[in-house]
Formats: sequence, structure tokens, C-alpha cells
Amino acid sequence: MAYQSYVLVCGGTACCSGGGDRIVEEFKRQLKEQNLDETVQVVATGCLGFCEQGPIVKILPQGTFYVQVKAEDVKEIIAEHLVKGRVVQRLCYDPEQAKKLVAEANIPFYQKQYRIVLRNCGVIDPEKIEDYIARDGYKAIEKVLFEMTPEQVVDEMLKSGLRGRGGAGFPTGMKWKFAQQQPKGQKYMVCNADEGDPGAYMDRSTLEGDPHSVLEAMIIAGYAIGATKGFIYIRAEYPLAIHRLQVAIKQATELGLLGKDILGSGFDFEIELRFGAGAFVCGEETALLQSIEGLRGMPRPRPPFPAVKGLWGRPTVINNIETLANIPVIINKGAEWFSKIGTATTKGTKVFALTGKVNNSGLIEVPMGTTLREIIFDIGGGIRGGHQFKAAQTGGPSGGIIPPQFLDTPIDYESLAKIGSIMGSGGLIVMDETDCVVDIAKFYLDFTVDESCGKCAPCRIGGRKLLNYLNKIAEGRGTEQDIVDMQQICDAMNKASLCGLGQTASNPVRSTLRYFMDEYLEHIKDKKCRSGKCSKLVAYKIDPAKCKGCTMCARKCPAGAITGTVKQLHVIDRAKCVKCGACEATCKFGAISHG
Amino acid sequence: MAKLTLEDLRRMRGEKQKAMEMRDSSNKDVQVIVGMGTCGIAAGAKDTFTALVDTLTEKGLTNVLIRQTGCMGLCHSEPTVEVVVPGMPTVIYGHVDAATAKDIVAKHIVGHELIEGKILDKPSIDIVKNA
Repeated sequence: MAYQSYVLVCGGTACCSGGGDRIVEEFKRQLKEQNLDETVQVVATGCLGFCEQGPIVKILPQGTFYVQVKAEDVKEIIAEHLVKGRVVQRLCYDPEQAKKLVAEANIPFYQKQYRIVLRNCGVIDPEKIEDYIARDGYKAIEKVLFEMTPEQVVDEMLKSGLRGRGGAGFPTGMKWKFAQQQPKGQKYMVCNADEGDPGAYMDRSTLEGDPHSVLEAMIIAGYAIGATKGFIYIRAEYPLAIHRLQVAIKQATELGLLGKDILGSGFDFEIELRFGAGAFVCGEETALLQSIEGLRGMPRPRPPFPAVKGLWGRPTVINNIETLANIPVIINKGAEWFSKIGTATTKGTKVFALTGKVNNSGLIEVPMGTTLREIIFDIGGGIRGGHQFKAAQTGGPSGGIIPPQFLDTPIDYESLAKIGSIMGSGGLIVMDETDCVVDIAKFYLDFTVDESCGKCAPCRIGGRKLLNYLNKIAEGRGTEQDIVDMQQICDAMNKASLCGLGQTASNPVRSTLRYFMDEYLEHIKDKKCRSGKCSKLVAYKIDPAKCKGCTMCARKCPAGAITGTVKQLHVIDRAKCVKCGACEATCKFGAISHG
Repeated sequence: MAKLTLEDLRRMRGEKQKAMEMRDSSNKDVQVIVGMGTCGIAAGAKDTFTALVDTLTEKGLTNVLIRQTGCMGLCHSEPTVEVVVPGMPTVIYGHVDAATAKDIVAKHIVGHELIEGKILDKPSIDIVKNA
């Protein structure tokens, strides 16, 4: 006996506390009474992600979505919807639309995502070229190779308004145009898959889920600029992405979609993989080119830009994975279609790797102009564990920290720059009040100091100096003069560094100083870290009123810092204490606290 | 494989599109799609995949096609498994361990009933706008 309908009742915490579990019982009981329990199955689900309108009930296969359902409504849903097939209008999310069967797709909440780059991720089998072809794959190269001139392709890119998704946001069409205008001869097309920001994994997921879209885009770019050879520079830490790329290249070559005379068009293009050893600076385009040539990955001054003088001195275009994944769709659907998505200055969508203290961490793609609030609270489902939102970090170690007052800023390249951050490649880390801004700035500086190639002094020395100041402040030895000095170093690094790494390495410090000066001053003047992250500033103490003299803490303390005899008050020697917190965790009487 | 000409590619696309629409490649009418991106594999998707294959072999079910795919974006609920059975709504399950994988075969595919507590009906591939 197969079921004809399914009742999904949200079993998330919020919906359960709103009576969701009673609704499940009520459905089961009433369906049994009416002998419908063999045709309708009732299932509790995980959180359906629309907690503010809970409890949620969804009826399949129609996909009708009922909100704020009470146990008393169950009878009506069964009688009307399940028996007669009529929608209970008063329980629908939007009564206006209730005439149609309301599906999730009609609810604004679920419309926040828009997938261009990730169109095939999670849909096709990435190791089957047939799957990609069936989803309009390699259709764009048909159009480009047989119906368009290279000039028309570049024009289309210019018209679409697509800007580089690697971080800087340079118009892709312009880059192509510069390379195209160079005299004929050997040119190169390079794909930058050296994704290195902590917390970012958009490019890896795109390659793992849809490698052919990147290959197709590289063929298109090669045709447009007159290159017959492409390189994908990918970090060796991405073994699965590399494997899938290798499979994809092999399949495309076998079918003649790569190699000599593609589809009989007379155009040749081949792609080679180059593996990076994981240096962050190799994501910078000039350093990346050096690395491909087999040299040590170090940036060089620009101009000349790679579009004029790149790989082995030849004109070279370098595009990032996400930029490329947009291109086949732009060709298929037209520049005009693409330029309608997004904001005035920034077209299209952006993929974010949403991580940190957020409920639904994951990979999302939203139109440009979506606000941080929509991303974090609607799509991300809010802050984990009921904590307060403190800040969001975009752009990794080159980006800034965005405080709550800017949650409603529509995201594009310009608006993020205005509030002291950058779009970056798309890492988005959410922080709550248990995170310390000094600690965060320290984390990123630590990273950039490690990854600085050391070629130019502002980055090499400035970064180290900044980190020293941050350590000093975190340890409670900071002075107010340090902040003045730090600001000067930040400015110098920003103006004088050779490449993007050094120019932006100070952003985490600048933005935290700008928005969270009070916390820096707390560390310096009050020797206090409100989140407790800066362990040197934390002091553990035993409350004499609560201590029973059980000796547990003294036995647990690894440093022997706690003294006291049985049934007597115990004392912590601050000089010996290593602030591990073991005593606080072990005390059964809640007598030990830190602050 | 032979090199494609323009006509071959177009013909191939047409054929494959039809196959995908019908969800029917060589008499396999049930599809189980496992998210095998790095996030899925790290969360144990390989165990899930093995459990699915083993259970299907054990039960002698030959009409089920197991496919892999990349990251659906639901990294917080990996491993994810999408189950497409004719006559039933398409469902995505989250946090699918080996035990749940067995349940999917025994209850969902054979018994045509959904599995308690594991359905993940977030904004996802079937409901977000696609280009």
C-alpha cells in the first residue's frame, strides 16, 4: 500500500516549543480514526528553516506550506486538504496567493538564493560529461565558435558588467579586451583556483560539483583573446577537485571539446593543470604566474599588467573560478539578462561560504545587493545557540570586520569598501559576543605574517610589527600610544606594499580599531577582555562563600596553583595560574569564576 | 570515443536531456543521489554510499540508480542524500549515516514511506531559482 500524501511537520526546536509535537500526534490520531493512516504518512522533519512563522506543516506532493499551525487546525487540514483536495487558505503563508497551491518557491524567504555559478552543483554527476551536456553544457561554445567573432565575445562580456570574483572586482571584459588588442602570437588563458582565505571554499565546491563549466569558460576566453593554451593553477590541498578536473579534461578531450579543431571549427585549445604548494601569495596574479613558470611565487610590480606581459612574457588573462563559471550562462542567456541582476555597479550574483557562529553554515549564492541581514538571519538561520550577533568578516585576511550597524548594507564591491571591508573571494565568517576583536585581528595578522613572501619591506616588517603590538595588547601590556603607532603602520602598509597581500593585510586591524575601539581600550586600560578569549587577561578566583574545601580543583590544577586543605577555603596563586579553566570546569559548587 | 562534430553534440544534448527528464536510464526508475563534495565526504558520505550499495545488493534491487553529485550548499547537514522515486515527492535527507542509508532503502524505496526526523527541506536545489 503506497501512501498518497505526506504530511511533514517541522520538528525543529522552535516549532516543537510552539506545539509542533502535539500537531504530529493530532495528525496521527485523527488520520487513524478516519482510516486514512494507510494513505497519508505523517513525518516529523528537521528544522524547515522558517522558525518565525512556526509551527510549519507542509503537505506533499503538492508542496503546500502552512504556517502558524495549531493542534486545533489539524481537523480542518485533514477534512479540507487531504480529503477534498482544497487548500486551507487562512493557514497559508500568503493568503493572496492561496488560490494557487502555495509552494515554497512562492515564499520570499526561499527566494533569496539565485544560482548561476552553482547551477549544476548538487544536481549533476560531476564525473559525467553527459550530465553537463544535458544541462545546456558546451552550448555556449557552439554559439561562440560558430556564430560570434572574438570581438563580439569581448563586447558581450563588457555589456554584461561581469567583474572579477577573485576579490578586486576588475571588469572581466576589459581584461579580455586588453589581451585581445595585443599583437597576435602566443597568448595564455589562466584560471586562478588558488583559493586560500581561511573559511572560504566556494571555488573548491564549484570545481568539485561542476568542473566542465570552468573548462567551457576557458575555451570561450581563449577564443576571445586568441589563446590556444590554458593553465589551471590549483592548490594541491584540493585532491578531490583536482581529480574531478582531470576526469573532466580527459572526457572533454576524448569528445574533441578540447584539443585540435574543436567541433570542426578550426579553433585549437588545450588545458594543463599546475599544482600550487599552498602559498597564500600565489593567489596574487603576478606571483601565480611566476609559480606556473616554476619560479618562486613572488609578486612583481605592475604595470606591465599580465594582459600585456604575463606568462613567459606573453599576454595572459587570469580569471578566477567563480568568474569563469558565470561565463557560459552569460553567453547562453545574453549580456542583457545578466546585467539586470544585481546592483547599479555590481552585476550578477555572489557565492559565499557562510561559516562561523551561524545555524546553517553552507554554500549560498545570492544576487548582488542582498543585505548581510538577509544572508545571516534568513538564509543562515541566525546565530547559533541564541547568542548575539557581534560582527561579520568578509574577504578573509584582506577583508574587514563589519559591525551590527551595517547589517542592512546591500552587498556590492563599492558598499563593502565604503564600510572598510572588501568583497574578497567570498568567505563570510559570522561572530558572536564570545569572540574578541583583538583576538580576531591577531588571528588574521598571524596568518598574513606567515604568508608574506618577504619581498617588500612594508609587508614583511609592518605585518610583524602590527602582530607584536596586538600580542602586547592581548597580554595586557598595551599602551594608548600603541594604537596611534598601529594606525600609522596600517597606513604605510596600505600605501607602500607591492601587492594586494600587503596592501590589505592591515584591514582586519583598521576595521576593528574603527568599530571596536572601546574593546581595545578595555584591554589596555582595564586589562580586561570581555569575551575571555585573551587568556593572559583572564583571572580565576574562588568565591569564599561557595567553596566547600572539597580539594577537587587543587587536584585538577596542572600548574599546582591552587592551595588549601580539606574543608578549608582554597586559594588560587595568580602567578602560577596558566588560565586553563580546568578548575572552573571541575568545581561542583560553582565557586570558581573568571573575569 | 570518437570526436564530436557540432551535430553530434546537439544530438547528444537532446538525447541526454530526454533521459534526464524521464529519470530513466536503462530501466532504473529510482534514483539515489549522494552529495560527494569535500564537505560530504568529510562528514562520512563514503560510508553512506557504501551502505546504500550494500543494502541494495543485499535486497536484490536492480531498478535503483545510485549517483553522486557535488555540494548542494547544505554543508551543515552533510552527508545529504536525494531520493527520487516515481509517484513520490522528491526528498532530500540530511545527516545520513550508514543506518539511515539502510532505512532509506528499506523504508523509502521499498516501503514508499518517508523517514522520521531526517528530511531536510531547506531552500535547496528544487526550490531556489536556477539560471
